[in-house]
Amino acid sequence: MPLAPGTSHTSDFAGRSWSEAWTEGRDTPGDCILPSMAPPPPPPDPQFVLRGAQSAVHALHFCGGAQGQGQPLLLSGSLHGLVHIWSLQTRRVLATLDGHTGKCVTWLQTLPPGPQLLSQGRDLRVHVWDLAEGRNAIVDSVCLESVGFCRGSILACGPQRWMLAMPGKGGDEADSSPLPLLLAGYEDGSVALWDVSARKVCSRVACHEEPVMGLDFDSQKARGVSGSAEKALAVWSLDEQRALQVHRTHQLTNPGVADVRIRPDRRLLATAGWDHRIRVFHWRTMKPLAVLAFHSAAVHCLAFATDGLLAAGSGDQRISVWSLYPRM
Amino acid sequence: MKSGGMDPVLSTVRLTVREAVHTLSSSEDGGCIFSTLGSLKRYLGETENPALPEEQEEFARIHFSTFLRCLVGKLSPDWLELLPDGQLEELWASFFLEGPADQAFLVLMEAIEGAASPSFRLMKMARLLARFLSAGRMAAVMEGQCRQQMEPAFPLLQETLLSKVVGLPDHLGNRLQRENLAGFFPQNYFPLLGEELLRALQVVVESLRGGLDCSVSFLSQVLGKACVHGRQKELLGVLVPRLTALTQGSCLWQRVCWRLVERVPDRAMEAVLTGLVEAASGPEVLSRLLGNLVMKSKKAQFVMTRKLLFLQYRYTTPVLQSLLGYLAMDSQRRPLLIQALKELLETWGSSSAIRHAPLAQQHYISKAILVCLAHLGEAELQDCRDELLASLMAGVQSHLDSSLPAVRRLGMIVAEVASAQIHPEGPPLRFQYEEDELTRELLALATPQPAANSPSEAGPPVAPVTAETPNKETVSSGGPQAQSEGSDSELDSDDEFVPYDMSGDTELRSSKAPVYVRDCVEALTTSENWERWEATLWALEGLIFRSPAATQEVSVELAKVLLHLEEKTGVAGFEGLRQRALVAVTVTDPVRVAEYLTTQFYALNYSLRQRMDILDVLTLAAQELSQPWRRRKPPQQGPPGPGPQPGSPATPAWRAVVEERIRSKTRRVSKGSAGQGPAADPNKFNSVAGYFFFPLIQHFDRPLVTFDLLGDDQLVLGRLVHTLGALMYLSVNTMVAVPMGKALLEFVWVLRFHGDAYVRQGLLSAVSSVLLSVPAEQLLADLPDELLEAQSWLADVAQKDPDEDCRTLAIKALLLLEKLRDKLLPPPPP
Repeated sequence: MPLAPGTSHTSDFAGRSWSEAWTEGRDTPGDCILPSMAPPPPPPDPQFVLRGAQSAVHALHFCGGAQGQGQPLLLSGSLHGLVHIWSLQTRRVLATLDGHTGKCVTWLQTLPPGPQLLSQGRDLRVHVWDLAEGRNAIVDSVCLESVGFCRGSILACGPQRWMLAMPGKGGDEADSSPLPLLLAGYEDGSVALWDVSARKVCSRVACHEEPVMGLDFDSQKARGVSGSAEKALAVWSLDEQRALQVHRTHQLTNPGVADVRIRPDRRLLATAGWDHRIRVFHWRTMKPLAVLAFHSAAVHCLAFATDGLLAAGSGDQRISVWSLYPRM
Repeated sequence: MKSGGMDPVLSTVRLTVREAVHTLSSSEDGGCIFSTLGSLKRYLGETENPALPEEQEEFARIHFSTFLRCLVGKLSPDWLELLPDGQLEELWASFFLEGPADQAFLVLMEAIEGAASPSFRLMKMARLLARFLSAGRMAAVMEGQCRQQMEPAFPLLQETLLSKVVGLPDHLGNRLQRENLAGFFPQNYFPLLGEELLRALQVVVESLRGGLDCSVSFLSQVLGKACVHGRQKELLGVLVPRLTALTQGSCLWQRVCWRLVERVPDRAMEAVLTGLVEAASGPEVLSRLLGNLVMKSKKAQFVMTRKLLFLQYRYTTPVLQSLLGYLAMDSQRRPLLIQALKELLETWGSSSAIRHAPLAQQHYISKAILVCLAHLGEAELQDCRDELLASLMAGVQSHLDSSLPAVRRLGMIVAEVASAQIHPEGPPLRFQYEEDELTRELLALATPQPAANSPSEAGPPVAPVTAETPNKETVSSGGPQAQSEGSDSELDSDDEFVPYDMSGDTELRSSKAPVYVRDCVEALTTSENWERWEATLWALEGLIFRSPAATQEVSVELAKVLLHLEEKTGVAGFEGLRQRALVAVTVTDPVRVAEYLTTQFYALNYSLRQRMDILDVLTLAAQELSQPWRRRKPPQQGPPGPGPQPGSPATPAWRAVVEERIRSKTRRVSKGSAGQGPAADPNKFNSVAGYFFFPLIQHFDRPLVTFDLLGDDQLVLGRLVHTLGALMYLSVNTMVAVPMGKALLEFVWVLRFHGDAYVRQGLLSAVSSVLLSVPAEQLLADLPDELLEAQSWLADVAQKDPDEDCRTLAIKALLLLEKLRDKLLPPPPP
């Protein structure tokens, strides 16, 4: 049955995209074409697609299967204020949370020890949900004053102690370990490093001309990346004196980056583009690896699971899940 | 007066010479001849017991030439062998080599001219002359003339000597023909003459130091005559570098040098000066060599300030710089520079010069203006500012009016630089022109200092290197850093990440473009939604080609909208998109749209830009119609494909695998040609060519209020002529080609003396396309008179037109005509 992969059984071959089958075919012994000489493989397809959010997806979060039930979950927040909890095994919605009065959900985050969920909405509230044992009730909420696009950030200081960073007048977030330091991206295109305990700015660097839309930080390499409404990504680094420095910029084809994410193993960088495309880079060298043109509307958010799975939520109401360069 | 007291001496000498001549003519005895010659040698000095000085002088003055002629007369193989080992020949030659050089030289030349050729005597004499030259006797000839100034030198003798010295290579070449010796070749002789001239000058300088009077006038004449003969390069190539070095620190040498150039006869002044200006390595050198020559000699002034600037234009930029730099170096000469600038600007600005002077000359004059400006200070310019500004402004106007882009650009550059210099406090003038080598060269001229000292000139090439190094450093510093980061082994495998195909990563356009052609008209006219407007523009060409029937319904309307469309948003490539869409409409519905466009071309109230757009569109559409296979390629600007369904893009990869396997397992018996050639297709332009052509050619001579083709709007006329030529060319093999050709030749005939070079170029290429497109038999049968007229006109243009492109085009057309005749000449077989 050598031709079987081509005929049907999409679900059976869920783990292998056609391009991989193609590459295997080329690499059989006796074929003397060097891999580098071969034309680049066609872009991969998503591993699966989650439909049914019923409005644009603006927030995504993987909830690891490490905890108790052993079932990996994907949480998504929609434009109409609903939070969907998807099972990655059945690929169906397990539960729907409605707490933001129909306003867009912009940020989702589970708290590390238990099944507690933070959700930020454009109704200017952050809710804390208790999801344990099938419950879905709001246990606490915090009011915000900013109506911007900024998302919150969380730092776990110890068991049952978290530090929550929430935008006051605008900015975006990320964190860094030993002392509580906070990175914030601002609408004037700059990225600032705050010393939270001293409550002052350690360093600030102008990376973009346009507002910063998303940033992520690799604390091991002390390097971070930010995307903005313009046509470029900025890669910046943090030195020992806690000074930020723009390391390089990377030009994109189309303007507008809604989100940037570094894979937990710090090898890949993914960006969500307003041009409907997800771009994947090699994080260390910033070499472009793939342009995933699947969605038919702007991609709003990205999330990496701990096992490397990438999820992207888009304005076309779909969530695509990709398995790229799985770990060897 | 001498003869009274000196009688005994004179008679002794005369007697000795007469005896010797007698012995020579009668004796066959070698020894006797030898001793006779030896006794005469006393009169040349340089022996053990030389004769008295008066005797020597007497011998040299009166008897030497006669005696030499007698020696020449004796020359024969037998006579020379009277004594063994060539002793006699040696002695014989020594008279020529050691005696007074001028007489020896003249006798030698005379003998060479008189000898039968080819003969023993001729070759002997030629070899002797070669020895004479290599022994440096030519310097002695010239020295002699320098010293003789006290006596009223025999002008005839000097004249003869001059012509023999300079004409030596010609004389010898004529006499010896193929036997000529290498030393007499002009390329060898004139450098030698240069050396000898220098040695003579050296002697002059020495004797001036010694308090003796000397004249360099003969040397000047030699210099002048050699230069008139066109030997500047050989002669001055030797002289100028040495003189440059010698005049470096010595006032005496400088004065001798100035005098040398001053005494050059007027008729040779131009040749000498042009040679000097070309050979001198810079204004300082030129100034040292010439001194204030331009102030002393009218002729020199004329050559330097008019001839080299206005009448000739073959000199390189460095020559121009040293010439004008020379004028600028001395306060006495600076008024000349200002005068030159005024005249240059006047010439530069004259519209007739712009029309009739070759481009190379205009370029030369522009360069000269820029160099002048660089030398002149603000104060000097201030005095004649109004005059300069007036001619500058007139010149800018006429340059910008020209239809040749190169001329317009010259105008812009000179205007920018000159206005900044002449009127520094005014607002700076800025034009937009693309930079290229020419503009950079011109702009570099405006700042003379960097050009003068080479180290700063070496600066710019260094700059890009340094600019690049940090770039490289960041890359290389990125490398080690990356390596150190990658030293933890888990990251090394990252390099195995193979990129996917990213060719689909193109710029995103909102896909709101209309789907029907009819909607495009509306989308382009209602200008509320910019995104839609842009998307429509992008999609239009593809839409038109995809739905020709729908396009034909609205073709004229669409063409109208497109013709009047203005760039409202900063769409990249707006002009190209609009043009392509217009071309597409025209191709889809040629008759109606071409009719519309051609009437609009002569309608009121269009800008020149729009009229030229019409012409371009007509040409491009005609091209597409006549070559239909060009359109077979799929439209490039289609909307981005719909989002791929999962699974479907993988199919090609899978199919490729299967096809590859099938191919490897299948044996084919025969292989046909893989690709099919272009399918035969009727020329679609055939039926519509007339609609394009005739409306355009009919109304050109009817001026409108805003549009006068035969008046100011030459540029459009030029474009029209080019378009007509192109249409003619594209209607090859069509039925209508013959009447078109006839009309076009008439049109060309009317405009053939047009003043604008661009128009004439168009006319010439139109003639060529008539010759190419109309079948030869038809041409001969229907248009014989027109052809004859065209031929004489072409021949005239090929010779006399000031524009180089025009001449080339005319020659090409003539060649085509020639070919046509050749094709018809061999009578067809019965």
